[in-house]
Amino acid sequence: MKYFCAKIVSAVAAVAVFGMAAGCSKSPSNSAPSAGGGGGTAAAGGEIIVGEFASLTGKEATFGQSSHKGTVLAIEEINAAGGVLGKKIVHKFDDNQSKAGESATVVKKLIARDGAIAILGEVASARSLEGADVCQKNKIPMISPSSTNPSVTEKGDYIFRMCFIDPFQGTVMAQFAKNTLKAKRVAVLTDVAQTYSVGLATYFKEKFTKDGGTIVAEGNFSSGDKDFKAQLTSLKSSNPEAIFLPCYYTEAALITRQARDLGFTVPTFGGDGWEAPELVTIGGKAMDNTYYSTHYSPESTDPAVVNFVKKFKARFENEVPDAMAALGYDSVYFLVDAIKRAGGTEEPKLRDALAATKDFAGVTGKTVMDANRNATKPAVIVKVVDGKFKYDSTIAP
Amino acid sequence: MKRVPSPLFLVGALALCFGLNAMTGRFNAYYVDVALNIGIAIVMAVSLNLINGYTGQFSLGHAGFMAVGAYGAAAVSLFAGPKLLVTFKFLGESGSHAVVFFLALLTGGVIAAIAGFAFGAPSLKLKGDYLAIVTLGFGEIISVIFRNVHKLGGALGLTGIPNETTLFWTFGAAAVTIYVVLAMVHSTYGRGFIAVHDDEVAAQAMGINTTRYKVIAFVIGAFFAGVGGGLFGHSKMSITPTGFGFMLSIEYVVMVILGGMGNTMGVIIAAILLTLLPEVLRGLAEYRMIIYSLLLIVLMLTRPQGLFNFRNPWKRQRKAA
Amino acid sequence: MSEFLQQLVNGISLGAIYALIALGYTMVYGVLRFINFAHSDVLMIGAFVGFYAAPYFPKDSFFGGIGVLIVAMIVCAIMGIVIERLAYRPLRKSSTLNVLITAIGVSLLLENGAQLLFSAKPRPFPQIFPSQALHFGNMVVSTNQIAVLVIAILLLGALQWIVLKTKMGTAMRALSFNPIAASLVGVNNDVVISFTFGLGSALAAAGGILYSLNYPSVDPYMGIMPGLKAFVAAVLGGIGNIPGAALGGLVLGVIETFVGGSERFSTWRDAIAFAILILILLVRPAGLLGKMQAEKV
Repeated sequence: MKYFCAKIVSAVAAVAVFGMAAGCSKSPSNSAPSAGGGGGTAAAGGEIIVGEFASLTGKEATFGQSSHKGTVLAIEEINAAGGVLGKKIVHKFDDNQSKAGESATVVKKLIARDGAIAILGEVASARSLEGADVCQKNKIPMISPSSTNPSVTEKGDYIFRMCFIDPFQGTVMAQFAKNTLKAKRVAVLTDVAQTYSVGLATYFKEKFTKDGGTIVAEGNFSSGDKDFKAQLTSLKSSNPEAIFLPCYYTEAALITRQARDLGFTVPTFGGDGWEAPELVTIGGKAMDNTYYSTHYSPESTDPAVVNFVKKFKARFENEVPDAMAALGYDSVYFLVDAIKRAGGTEEPKLRDALAATKDFAGVTGKTVMDANRNATKPAVIVKVVDGKFKYDSTIAP
Repeated sequence: MKRVPSPLFLVGALALCFGLNAMTGRFNAYYVDVALNIGIAIVMAVSLNLINGYTGQFSLGHAGFMAVGAYGAAAVSLFAGPKLLVTFKFLGESGSHAVVFFLALLTGGVIAAIAGFAFGAPSLKLKGDYLAIVTLGFGEIISVIFRNVHKLGGALGLTGIPNETTLFWTFGAAAVTIYVVLAMVHSTYGRGFIAVHDDEVAAQAMGINTTRYKVIAFVIGAFFAGVGGGLFGHSKMSITPTGFGFMLSIEYVVMVILGGMGNTMGVIIAAILLTLLPEVLRGLAEYRMIIYSLLLIVLMLTRPQGLFNFRNPWKRQRKAA
Repeated sequence: MSEFLQQLVNGISLGAIYALIALGYTMVYGVLRFINFAHSDVLMIGAFVGFYAAPYFPKDSFFGGIGVLIVAMIVCAIMGIVIERLAYRPLRKSSTLNVLITAIGVSLLLENGAQLLFSAKPRPFPQIFPSQALHFGNMVVSTNQIAVLVIAILLLGALQWIVLKTKMGTAMRALSFNPIAASLVGVNNDVVISFTFGLGSALAAAGGILYSLNYPSVDPYMGIMPGLKAFVAAVLGGIGNIPGAALGGLVLGVIETFVGGSERFSTWRDAIAFAILILILLVRPAGLLGKMQAEKV
């Protein structure tokens, strides 16, 4: 019996010894090679390790895969041109499977075990928030390519983003509803399980009502729900002229489709969470004449965009890059530009260089870091026509 | 395992944990994180083993109790924390933090225990399959409840929870959990649990109050699950209602089954193994759940007493003709 | 008023799907006294089979749709029989707990295997039946909803006929009363059990296809929630009781729809099913249509 307890104590001790033996120094460059992608060699001297966390699988896999491809393309280009300050970039990335809680673990691993000097990610605001806690605590800069909820950069001064924030996006869509859709009565269906959706809905409602419109009905659902007929039927009875769906693409498609099934033909519109090919593959004909706001359009005639689209298609089997890919691409160049200005990757010099960015020109337009480390950028409105995404207009901040 | 473990071993284990903790700075932060996960897994699996293994009440809702504990502890830290820190300032910086964290964990555990009581009571009439589904349902209901309580963040959960979990707290809690469970099992309570597990009708015929033992098992198991949840929340720094779903309950169930139901040592080994392996095999992450499920099936077919059970297998109950 | 009627229509349509899936649970439980945890994943496999088979059949046509349905049902029936043979039959003599754990293992295997094979990305389920929105005054009913109701009723009728009027059905009922006595009078238990599983899985596949018709996004985890709710429906109606499953499904579907449509409580929707489960198990464990049986010890 005593032997049994001795066994327990020794089990605890064994774990401790394991911990000690395996990680006895603070320097991550001695750690075992990572299994998460990228190379496995130490960071001593000749390399810059950049970490990325994204939803490569799971419900929002399209987002993660898109931004990942943009990041990969940028890093390959930079390394082919000789790297940064003479050093090659080593790209370590990990998948958070679109699951809550995974991002924190993955970012901790990228920082502590893989030795990343900066973290790129994420697209979804909720997962960015998780990663931001860890990055801020470890004083490693984090650059989110396209999380739009303001609270992400509020986590601390090491957190940056490449895109506009939801108060702006909410305003854009509120004005769009009033001026282009000519709708004075709008219904809103919010995904209460997503930070992004709740935030965007709030900002839209604020601006829309301030401009004289009325929110005639509101409804809630959670990501993963499939049946929205109950909520739609309830919304329909208030006779809205349009429905705002500040959610992600799968639900947007299902909701619009079910609305049409119920004979509910008013236009639906949403934000950058709609940006994915699944919007039209799942939504089908129902998505015709719907609109959403996003960060860029591949149809732009800006030479930077044209060039980027050409390179992306060549690298990824003729796939047209969407906004997430473009922002993922830009975030790498943004980081590299700051590294050059800081003359290296030490903190806080790198952080300060990032914060001081005034004039970074990328594929998604000019990025200027404001006092809250958010980018001030124009929004692009896209209309879905015949199962295709067509550029509609640009709205400047 | 024939006698109650001496309390001296608990004190010794806690001292060891304290010493470990003091050396935390020398370890790579990632490995410390993995060690914390292991500790939490031990707490969860051993507490589940009390309910599932010893008492034979198949609960699939353990993650629900973890959620209750996580929210309870986080609520204390976030809402009452600042005021409490001021009250205990005389104990110094780390002293006051320690007291507040201890209170938070205790609160989480107690609230989870209350939930365990509330859910244990109705489940008493149910057996086997039904109990499993109902406990699963409880887990889901808890998730929906937290999704709708806006004071606790609603569907977005709570973030910014102070990072209080250290090696000391985690392995200390694990040591306490193991000690309490073993102590109970080797007392008359334990006889009661095992009697309920083996044959409930016979136990009732012998005058054992099966209701009482089932409820006690649920309450104690839930308490430690709540503590585990508190540790979890203060380690990840953010919790969401969807993070404590059915899949998480299944992970702990697999640990209990792999280790051998009613075999604490085996369960501890299984918990350590099943927390380490996914980290080590991160490249095989997409195959992990497939391996788990195959493991469950193959185990049930070939060695239902668990992989790490080196004693005689539980008597397999033959279905009455 | 028209909103109420519309919600009622929505609820009945949802309920018909739950009823169909519940039939599978109830049948297997009635014959084998065991809850097939993997049933919800057979539903998902049926939907995927439909997704991959649909391009081979004429689109938007009634017969094309039936064809897809039949293919999915046959594939899943075979799969159900194989699962039973490999995973459940060897455990027939061991405690129900072991079988339950194995069932959970099979369920996880199906879900994660599907994720590996098909990726977790949601796929758009094609319109295999011609789809139209029919207007009745202020109410709109889609032909998909009608298809669900009609097919569910047909399958329910077919099941009742099989169970009550065929030799195999009589054997199934005999097995559910007393397996040993049944084998004594010449029933081949193994064959009957395999048949039961096959039939249950075919029904699950049909449920999966109909579910995807109305909610056209197919992913490896789509079966969990409808499966759990269908289980609740089966218990609500009285597990082991076929008309009970249908009734339970309808009641659950309607209640859930009304809760989902209410502005204050729509996010409590999922909890309703489980609350009903707990309530019914506490108040009337035999279900609405079940017979209260004294347990002999």
